[in-house]
Amino acid sequence: MSSLIELLGFGPQGWGHQLVLAMLMTLAVSASAFATGICFGTLGAWAKSAHAALPRRMADGYTTVVRGVPDLLVIYLFYFGGSSALSAIAHALGNQGFFGLNGFLVGTLAVGLVSGAYQTEVLRGAFNAIPHGEIDAARAVGMSGWLMLRRVVAPRLLHYALPGMGNVWQQVLKESALISVTGLVEIMRQVHIGAGSTRRPFEFYITGFFLYLILTTLSGALFRAAEQRSARSERRA
Amino acid sequence: MSEFEFITDTMSRLLEGLPITLQLAFLSISAGMVLAVLLAVARLSSRTAEWFVRGYVFVLRGTPLLLQIFMIYYGLGQFAAVRDSVLWPFLRQPWWCAILALTINTAAYGSEIVRGGLNAVPAGAIEAARVAGMSRFTLYRRIVLPIALRQALPAYGNEMVIMVKSTSLASIVTLMEVTGTAYAIISETYRALEVFLCAGAIYLTLTFLLTRAIGALERHLNPHLHRARA
Repeated sequence: MSSLIELLGFGPQGWGHQLVLAMLMTLAVSASAFATGICFGTLGAWAKSAHAALPRRMADGYTTVVRGVPDLLVIYLFYFGGSSALSAIAHALGNQGFFGLNGFLVGTLAVGLVSGAYQTEVLRGAFNAIPHGEIDAARAVGMSGWLMLRRVVAPRLLHYALPGMGNVWQQVLKESALISVTGLVEIMRQVHIGAGSTRRPFEFYITGFFLYLILTTLSGALFRAAEQRSARSERRA
Repeated sequence: MSEFEFITDTMSRLLEGLPITLQLAFLSISAGMVLAVLLAVARLSSRTAEWFVRGYVFVLRGTPLLLQIFMIYYGLGQFAAVRDSVLWPFLRQPWWCAILALTINTAAYGSEIVRGGLNAVPAGAIEAARVAGMSRFTLYRRIVLPIALRQALPAYGNEMVIMVKSTSLASIVTLMEVTGTAYAIISETYRALEVFLCAGAIYLTLTFLLTRAIGALERHLNPHLHRARA
């Protein structure tokens, strides 16, 4: 037991510092991918509810393809494809050699693109759930578009979208483990490194389980609290 | 090599990995479904079983699948007891490890879906079956499970699609299924986009066929929901 504390603690032989940093990295890359996903999702939801056929088709294509293809494949596309593109640009500018894309950026874009497809559906559903009468009423009292968005549409949208968004966030947290293939040192990569260099894989992977469970449980509780808060104005039957 | 040749060459190499993808998906989905039903039924049977199943679902749904695969493939071999056991010839092979990890992972998600289905079985149907004198086993076989699984099918279909995509993680423990082959081709040629499109087309075809098959099964199992033709 004492050796386990030594192994995972903050002493000179311990991996504690690295593990805490890795946990923060997982949190950072997940948050950044989730935020990117909100942008893609908003764009997708807007396109899907557009009147013109072209944006609708494009958004349908986006959600169908991205949700039908393994996330790992999308990460490889961005990792290798991004590096090739970058190297090509660098060569054109007269630089030689290979230019790699930063793992954090690759993860943000790839996982963001994937989660954006799911967020498209969440946001579209939430938008459709806003009662039409409320928007009519807001117009009738003479609210401008911006004021209506701020006072009527956004609070409603947030309330309806929160449960779905919470699910997508959990998904993003777990998917962030795949970013370890780019070499980004988040939890998955760090426990793998620890497992390899100490030859005690079991302890390190169990630690990984704990770290992910801490993140998923705490953020799940946060989302539930936010849901309750956003429900304050809802009428209960 | 021309672009066209490269695409056909890539496609034929990727299709060589398809059997492994299909094996992983088929075996883990079927075994996972059996385990999911057992877990969901066990959860209703006793207090201890309920807590065990809750813990199982909590841990497996709260951690990444990749970590679970690594735990089974690299983590378990650390113990001499595992290395000396009869299971070691299996646990040594990435193919079995991937199937085991995918199975226990999908069973966790699946058991929650089946639980939802079980909750949807009308109490009257169960009471009627009891009155007719059915044993517990017959009750489950004839009444509860058919209604519950029919109810759970749409959600379970989504889980199956997710599993087909999840088989790609097996490539990280050296299995040359479709994604593993795609990775190999990309690192040889650095033509990420073309390879992505080819591999993506294979997965899209698989998931498309799967969702169609599930839709057909759903219609077949719910004859009472068909609208009468006028």
